[in-house]
Formats: sequence, C-alpha cells, structure tokens
Amino acid sequence: MSDISQHSPSRGLVKSGSLPSMRALLTLLAVLLLAAVPFIAPSMQLLINLALAKGLAVLGVTILLRAGQVSFGHALFFGISAYAGAFLTASLPGADIVLVLIAGVLGAALSGLLVGLFVVRYRGIFFGMLNLAFSMIFWSILEKFYHITGGADGIRLTRPSVLGMALERDSFEAVIFYLSVVLMVGLGWFTLRWFASPVGQIFQTIKTNETRLEYLGLSPKRALLSGYLLSAMLCGVGGSLMAMTQGVVTPEYVWWVRSAEMVFIAVLGGAGSVRGAFIGALIYEIVRVYASAFAGDIWQMLLGGFLLVIILFAPGGIMGIADSLIGKGGKSRPTTTKEDAQ
Amino acid sequence: MDLTIFLLALFDGISYAALVFIVALGLTLIFGVMRILNVAHGSLYAIGAYATVSLTGFVLSLGLAPVLSFPLMLISAVLVGVLLGGPIEWLLLRRIYDKPEVLQLLVTFAVFMILEDVQRLVWGTQPYFQASALQALGNVTLFGVTYTVYQLILLSVVAMGLLFGLRFFLRHTVIGKLILATTEDREAAQSIGIDADRVFLFTFIVGAVLAGLGGALASPTTSILPGMGADMIVLSFAVVATAGLGQIEGAAVAALLIGLGRSFAIYVWPEVAVLVPYLIMVLVLLVRPQGLFGTSVARKI
Repeated sequence: MSDISQHSPSRGLVKSGSLPSMRALLTLLAVLLLAAVPFIAPSMQLLINLALAKGLAVLGVTILLRAGQVSFGHALFFGISAYAGAFLTASLPGADIVLVLIAGVLGAALSGLLVGLFVVRYRGIFFGMLNLAFSMIFWSILEKFYHITGGADGIRLTRPSVLGMALERDSFEAVIFYLSVVLMVGLGWFTLRWFASPVGQIFQTIKTNETRLEYLGLSPKRALLSGYLLSAMLCGVGGSLMAMTQGVVTPEYVWWVRSAEMVFIAVLGGAGSVRGAFIGALIYEIVRVYASAFAGDIWQMLLGGFLLVIILFAPGGIMGIADSLIGKGGKSRPTTTKEDAQ
Repeated sequence: MDLTIFLLALFDGISYAALVFIVALGLTLIFGVMRILNVAHGSLYAIGAYATVSLTGFVLSLGLAPVLSFPLMLISAVLVGVLLGGPIEWLLLRRIYDKPEVLQLLVTFAVFMILEDVQRLVWGTQPYFQASALQALGNVTLFGVTYTVYQLILLSVVAMGLLFGLRFFLRHTVIGKLILATTEDREAAQSIGIDADRVFLFTFIVGAVLAGLGGALASPTTSILPGMGADMIVLSFAVVATAGLGQIEGAAVAALLIGLGRSFAIYVWPEVAVLVPYLIMVLVLLVRPQGLFGTSVARKI
C-alpha cells in the first residue's frame, strides 16, 4: 500500500510544520472576507455569488483531475441540475430553496450515474471526448425540444421560497449568497476528507498506477465511478445555485464553452487543488467582468492562450505559485502536470 | 416509406458520410501516427470552409468562371494545412509528445478555443453561403430521384479516392513506409536514420489538409456559421471512436453507418436525427469498447 499512502497530500500536509497552519489561517481569513462582501462591497455580491457557484462546479472537474482524467463535458451536470430546478419551480411555484437544490443535485447524481457507468470504462482521450459527446447530446435535446425546454431562450426559474417565506429580491440574494459560502466551505471540506478516505486514495491512484490497484484486488472502475458521482453532484450544486441566482436557465449552461471554462479554471487554480478551484473561479469571474468590456470578442482566444502558458510554463497553477511563495517546502501537490515537470 | 424517400435518404446519407469521412480520415491519421487527438481539427475544418467561401467569392467577383471554385477548394485546404497545421505541430505539439495524454488533449483544446475566436474575428458571426460549385455541376436523375452531381458523385468519388489513395500512399511509397515505420516504433525508426520530427510534421500537415478539404467540400452544401467546428470535432470523433482510433478503412465504414443512420432518422423521426450518430457510437462502444475495428492493446506493466 506504500504507493497509495505516498499520494496522500492532505494528510501529509496536516502533519507537517508551519505551512498547513499558515494555509488554514489564510483559508479562514479568505472565508471571513467573502462572508463580509455584502457589507463591504455590495456591488460585488452578485459577481462573487456566481463565481462561488462556478467554483463548486470547478471543484467537480478538479476531483477528476486528481485521477488524471479531464472531462470536456461536465457542464452537462451543471445544466441538468439547473433545468431540474427550473422544471420543479414551474410545476410547483414557490418551492423551497432546499427542495430546488435537492432536485437539482438528484438530477445531476442520476445522470452522473448513467453517464458514469459508461465513461468509467475509458481513460484519457476517450474519457474526455465521450463526456463532451454526452454534453453535446443534451445540448441538442434542449435546443430541439423547445416546446418543453424553451429552446435557445431557455426557461425561467421563479424565485423559490425560503423556509416557507416568499422573500424579496434583496433578501433572497443574501440567502443565496450565504448558502453558497456555506456550501463552499462544507463541500470543500468534505472533498478534502474524501480525498483522504480509502476510496478517495484508491481514486487518486488511478492516475499513478491503475494496474497495481487491480493486483491489490481493488476495482479502479468502482473508485472512478464514486469520484465521478461526487464530481457530477458538485457540478449539480453549482448549476442549481447559478440558476437560482440568475433566475433563468438556457442551453448555454450545457454548451461546451461552459465545460471548457470549468477545465480552464481548474487548471488555472492549480490542477487538483480544492482551494485553487475557488480562488481560480473568483479571479476568473472578476477578470472576465472587467475584461469583457474591451476583450469580449477575443475572450476565448485569451483563455486558450493563457491555458497554453499555464500548461507549458506554470503547471502548478495559482496554488502551485502560492505554495512556492509561502512554503518553498517542496510540497508535492499532485497535479496533472507535476510528474512530467520534474 | 416509399422508394423515392428511401433513395433520397440513401443519397443524403452517402453524401454526408463522404464529407464526415474526409474529416475523420485526417483525425484518425494524426492519431494513428502521433497518438494525439487533435481537438483543433474541427476548427481547421471550419476555417477550410470559410477560406473557400471567401476565395470563391473573390474569384467570382472578378467575373471568372464558377468552375474555378474546385481548384480553390484544394488551395484553401492546402493553405489551412500549411499555414495553420504546420505551426501548430512545429511550435506546440512538438513540445508535448512525451507528456501525459490528458495534457496533450488540453493543449489541442486550447488551440481549438483560440481558433474559434480567430474565425469570429476574421469572418464575423453572420452565416455565409456560396453554392456556385454545387450549381456548376448540375443534377443527375437516378431511379426517378433527382440529386446534385456534386453531392452524390463528386463527394463520394473524392472520399473513395482519398481512402484508396492514402492506403496506397502508406503501403507502397517510400514516405508512406517511413510514416508506418515511425508509427510502429519511433525510437527504432530514429535509430535507422528516419527523421521522426519531419515525419510527424508531414503527417500533421496532411491531416490538417484533410480537415480543411472536408470544410472546403462542405462549404457549397451548407451555410457556414460559427460553431460548425465544435459540431464537426464531436461528430468526427464519434466516427473515429466507432471505428476504433487509428483505423483508416474502419472510419469509412463507421462514417457510412453514421451518415446513413442520421439521414434515415431525418425522414423517420427528425427530432432525434442529431442524436443518432452519438447513439450509434454509444451502442457500438457498449459492445466493443475499442470500436468496431480497433484491436485491444496489451497492457504494459
């Protein structure tokens, strides 16, 4: 089992010296700062809320990167969850916010199971491209069956109630914002614990040596499937929050550009880093809002170019750079690109 | 379904399969030799189509004969291959041959994102339509069904020509044999003096020319819009995956299967027509995970 325990970054970090406490402190500070946003910078609240929703979905993609797999179609689960919420509020006006969230995550989990059972048979190119194919299929369904899905215009997601109360716009936005912060902390913590759990450890070994797993009598497919389910559900949480914040869902939620964006942010934040997913999403959204004014036409081009630069020159992403700045301790964070950079 | 509709669906399917096959041929050739799935292949297809439309429009505005659009298609395809394919391999892919598969996929995906915006910057978002090549060849009536010569005969002839031409090229010419040798074992090929870098560059350019040619040949039959590249990369991947990655003859069979499946669906149940290629792919992969003609690789431990 030595091979597995070597790839136990979160445990390794907890046990070693000052870096983890520094990291925990910084994380706490960042969360407190985020929670204070509605008071100190109300104009940023909506933007940051969208970034957090996206960050949760990026976390889903990040999980798969830990197993050395990349999915170009995870917007599928983002969109399925959003549409599930929209259909629920359409048939049950004023449904509770928790109900909408649960419906979305259930939809994402169910579709994640179906797609997952199929794609976990593959790795690398096939894994990435089959995910893309599934998201394109769902996208075509949304566009073609417009009498149900509203076509390219999408459908409205009417504002859900909160604990039985129908809230005004401002207070609902505050509820959604703090819900997002809580979910970010809770699910981020859960994901870290999951990485450290036996199944999470097996999952990450798929990247390093899958054959050895089979020799140990463990099923890599089953481990990959559980990771895939978790990633789909995280994308579902993100999609549901995004849909409730925006109040409308469109096929654009599932469009490949959205999946590409998630992969981009995951690599930007630091492939495989939980905190990196959220930091990446925040930086990405803020830059996008200010850049879209003058770079709207070439936004994808900038993303593509930047992605190349990160992959070729800074494979650790933002978290890799941050680590080398605060730690310099040679903490080997398992990134997709680390092993070949060494 | 009467005979006329059956024939129409058959002809639709054949002409569509021919186009998809040409694009998929480039994709599977590049993968077979270089072990890289070029996601930017879809963009090269779209740019081939845009370039053809622009060049043809320019030549027609000079008052020249519409027949000239045929050599222009070839010129556009070669331009795409040399001006885009060449630099992509030379500047980017060459750096990442020894990196993990996922990373290579991310790099070609990044190129895809860049090229999608390049198209929008150069050609805008309005659709283009240029059917002079289609009209120049006129129609043909077969078993009482009238169809365009361009789609039914020219496209299938080009596709068959490329299939057999590539087979002949790989097996019976010196350059083809160099490519096969490099595919088989890159190090061994290098040790007997084959310049593997040049072989890869050449292969990638040929693959990119095929993508561009697919776009060029498709341009008279459809309107050229942003997003066509994304559709085509997923579709041609479906063909290539159904056949088995790297299988050239298999890609032809898979393209026919998917093309005919889609065209019959259009007449029977139009809503699901776009889904048919993927359904076929998923069904095939459920039964044969390595594709119809793929061979399962022995695992290295």
